[in-house]
Amino acid sequence: MASIKVLTDVCTGCETCVSACPFGAIALNDDGVAEIGDTCTLCGSCVEACPFEAIELTKDEEKTVDLSMWHGIWVFCEIANGTLRGVGPELLGQARKLADELHTDVTALILGDEGIKDFAPELIARGADKVLAAVNPGLQQLNDIAYTGVICELVQKYHPEIILLGATGFGRSMAPRVAARLRTGLTADCTILAADTENHLLQQTRPAFGGNLMATIICPKHRPQMATVRPKVFAPLAADESRKGEIIVENVQLPKDILVETLKSSTVAGEDVNIADADIIVAVGKGIGSAKNIALAEQLADLLGGAVAVTRPLVDLGWYGYAHQVGQTGKTVAPRLYIACGISGAIQHLAGIAAETVVAVNNDPDAPIFAHAHYAINSDCVDFLQTMVETIKEKGYKAV
Amino acid sequence: MKIIVCIKQVPATNEVRLDPVTNTIIREGIESITNPFDTYAIEEAIRLKKKLGWQTAAVSMGIPAVKEILRDSMALGIDEAYLLSDRGFAGADTLATAYALAGGIQKIGGGQLIICGKMATDGDTAQVGPMLAEMLSIPHVTDVAEIIRIDEKEMVCRKLTDDGYQEIKLHLPALITVNKEINVPGLPSMQGILDTYDAPVTTYTVSDLDVAPELLGLAGSPTQVVRTFIPNLAIDNEWLTGTVNQQTDALLSRLSEHNIIEKEG
Ligand SMILES: Cc1cc2nc3c(=O)[nH]c(=O)nc-3n(C[C@H](O)[C@H](O)[C@H](O)COP(=O)(O)OP(=O)(O)OC[C@H]3O[C@@H](n4cnc5c(N)ncnc54)[C@H](O)[C@@H]3O)c2cc1C
Ligand SMILES: Cc1cc2nc3c(=O)[nH]c(=O)nc-3n(C[C@H](O)[C@H](O)[C@H](O)COP(=O)(O)OP(=O)(O)OC[C@H]3O[C@@H](n4cnc5c(N)ncnc54)[C@H](O)[C@@H]3O)c2cc1C
Ligand code: SF4
Ligand code: SF4
Repeated sequence: MASIKVLTDVCTGCETCVSACPFGAIALNDDGVAEIGDTCTLCGSCVEACPFEAIELTKDEEKTVDLSMWHGIWVFCEIANGTLRGVGPELLGQARKLADELHTDVTALILGDEGIKDFAPELIARGADKVLAAVNPGLQQLNDIAYTGVICELVQKYHPEIILLGATGFGRSMAPRVAARLRTGLTADCTILAADTENHLLQQTRPAFGGNLMATIICPKHRPQMATVRPKVFAPLAADESRKGEIIVENVQLPKDILVETLKSSTVAGEDVNIADADIIVAVGKGIGSAKNIALAEQLADLLGGAVAVTRPLVDLGWYGYAHQVGQTGKTVAPRLYIACGISGAIQHLAGIAAETVVAVNNDPDAPIFAHAHYAINSDCVDFLQTMVETIKEKGYKAV
Repeated sequence: MKIIVCIKQVPATNEVRLDPVTNTIIREGIESITNPFDTYAIEEAIRLKKKLGWQTAAVSMGIPAVKEILRDSMALGIDEAYLLSDRGFAGADTLATAYALAGGIQKIGGGQLIICGKMATDGDTAQVGPMLAEMLSIPHVTDVAEIIRIDEKEMVCRKLTDDGYQEIKLHLPALITVNKEINVPGLPSMQGILDTYDAPVTTYTVSDLDVAPELLGLAGSPTQVVRTFIPNLAIDNEWLTGTVNQQTDALLSRLSEHNIIEKEG
């Protein structure tokens, strides 16, 4: 059985491990030596942190599996209501780079009715060497059980070594089912994907603890290696129409018992914009003062073709919908521009922001948000929003 | 008919702050709490119990101290609590966690409805719920904001999606993961706390469950954390000063330089 121990004669009591442990499991004992308590989850952080190699994590002998039959990178490209979600092409671009390093090829996996074949040229132009189209009219609706069944059968037929999926609402729901059925590893919400060419492994780096900690994860002994990636983390390659690729069509059967059915889908008033897809976000926090002032943020967002996001307290107060909450317990957004108005900058809020440019507007010069903003504006956020709206109207700015 | 809630103990993350000098996590008096999303799962189970008269149980995989949060759930109205605790479970990734929970749930006879939180605030993957459903061979829905109706055979729930909401019908038994829109968790009553002060929590070890030990814990985990580091969130910034008009003008010109906005025409 796996176990962890401190080599008491090597430990110098330097306490590096104490602060490295994300679970607060280590303390120095009366002898001034590190002692690991029972909240330890064997995560291994301290082993790496100890400058004296005084912590030993013993793993059990694992049986080795034959990895040689697994080849190629698959990117699941979600097609929802006849539209290809942007994250598919984004991942194709990253898969292309990884495939070149690992000397393998990239397959775009699409599921749906006959019509999905029309997406093949675009997917090839964005970096796919092959498009694998699994066709059945019943796949037109995104459905966890139908998709899991079809994807697992294709994996067993083609043996891809890596599968990347967008961490959309559907991807986050379906991918774990696929991984569980295939009994393989799945890394959630990766922000960095790198190729370990020596060991032919995918190095998957992701935030945990609400963005407080980054972890690099590998899946050495199971195939496929699976990872989900949030939208907008990677940029798609420019479409290259001259690229050639192969299209493989599989007419697939659906699983017998689907057991789940979508009765209706609705885009809620004002929630037709998915903030995770927006290029410009005007975000407001408690500093906005009142629910009615949020209209100013909406006006600015409209002028710039963007969306409004909010902090948790505004959702709790009922001032705005949960679908607009950014942060650890809301959504992660990766716009080009994030304008934070009257937001203090709590770590749980920051955890949801992966923007290219952040602007912070706050009337407290010591607000923590300023440390995370490219442009810091120490002002009243209501004045700021009003002035922005007026100036943009007057001078005629628009989003590029 | 039984409702089973899966609850996880997590560090009280709101106490986690970065030390700006050493760039390490400061943990003053780090406490363990029930994963915030699981409090909504507990509340929903209790509401359904009142409405439907079904039995409720809470299951957790963790260290012996997790008994405390399981008792907290009983103080709120959960009928029975089970703890899966053994060194053999330690070091589990989401797959091995789901496998252990599936073993525990089968041991107690299964449930008609399993409720998980949307995600845990430490591991943050939101994977355990769907994986557990797969291992139990039952359907699932994630991010449930409302249970619209439920009977012994099926339920309809409202789910938050990327673009709005969906109404989804599921055959029972089924698993849902809930977000914080679903209810407002109640507080335990004084009587509840007194009654459950040392209420029994049934503890199972690996050998109590009908599971393959090699699929549990660190050994049963396909994923391995090879490195962790604290991200550097702070960035260089420019203060835009002057009157609000000057600040706005400065900002608009910076944004034009960055090719984020442009003048019309
Ligand atoms: C487990 C957990 C999960 C959480 N998840 C999330 C999450 O997902 N998303 C999230 O946002 N929060 C989350 N939170 C809450 C988070 O900790 C903060 O409480 C929250 O983000 C603060 O929101 P705020 O910045 O709007 O409000 P406050 O912290 O109250 O800040 C308001 C700011 O506005 C400024 N201000 C006031 N008046 C003006 C004015 N007239 N003009 C300009 N500035 C002004 C103030 O100086 C202050 O900085 C979570 C907390 C916990 C414990
Ligand atoms: C830094 C770091 C990164 C990690 N990244 C990954 C990763 O990418 N992939 C991976 O497979 N594992 C990963 N792990 C391991 C993972 O955190 C653990 O397997 C953990 O036990 C469950 O995952 P979670 O916290 O993400 O739970 P989630 O899947 O987010 O939890 C959802 C719900 O499942 C239920 N649940 C979860 N755990 C338990 C439990 N122990 N008992 C009862 N109910 C429970 C609760 O209802 C909870 O609300 C990581 C661990 C660390 C420390
Ligand atoms: S980091 Fe290593 S040497 Fe330092 S206290 Fe921890 S175990 Fe001992
Ligand atoms: S293995 Fe992880 S949880 Fe255990 S003591 Fe080390 S850092 Fe803490």
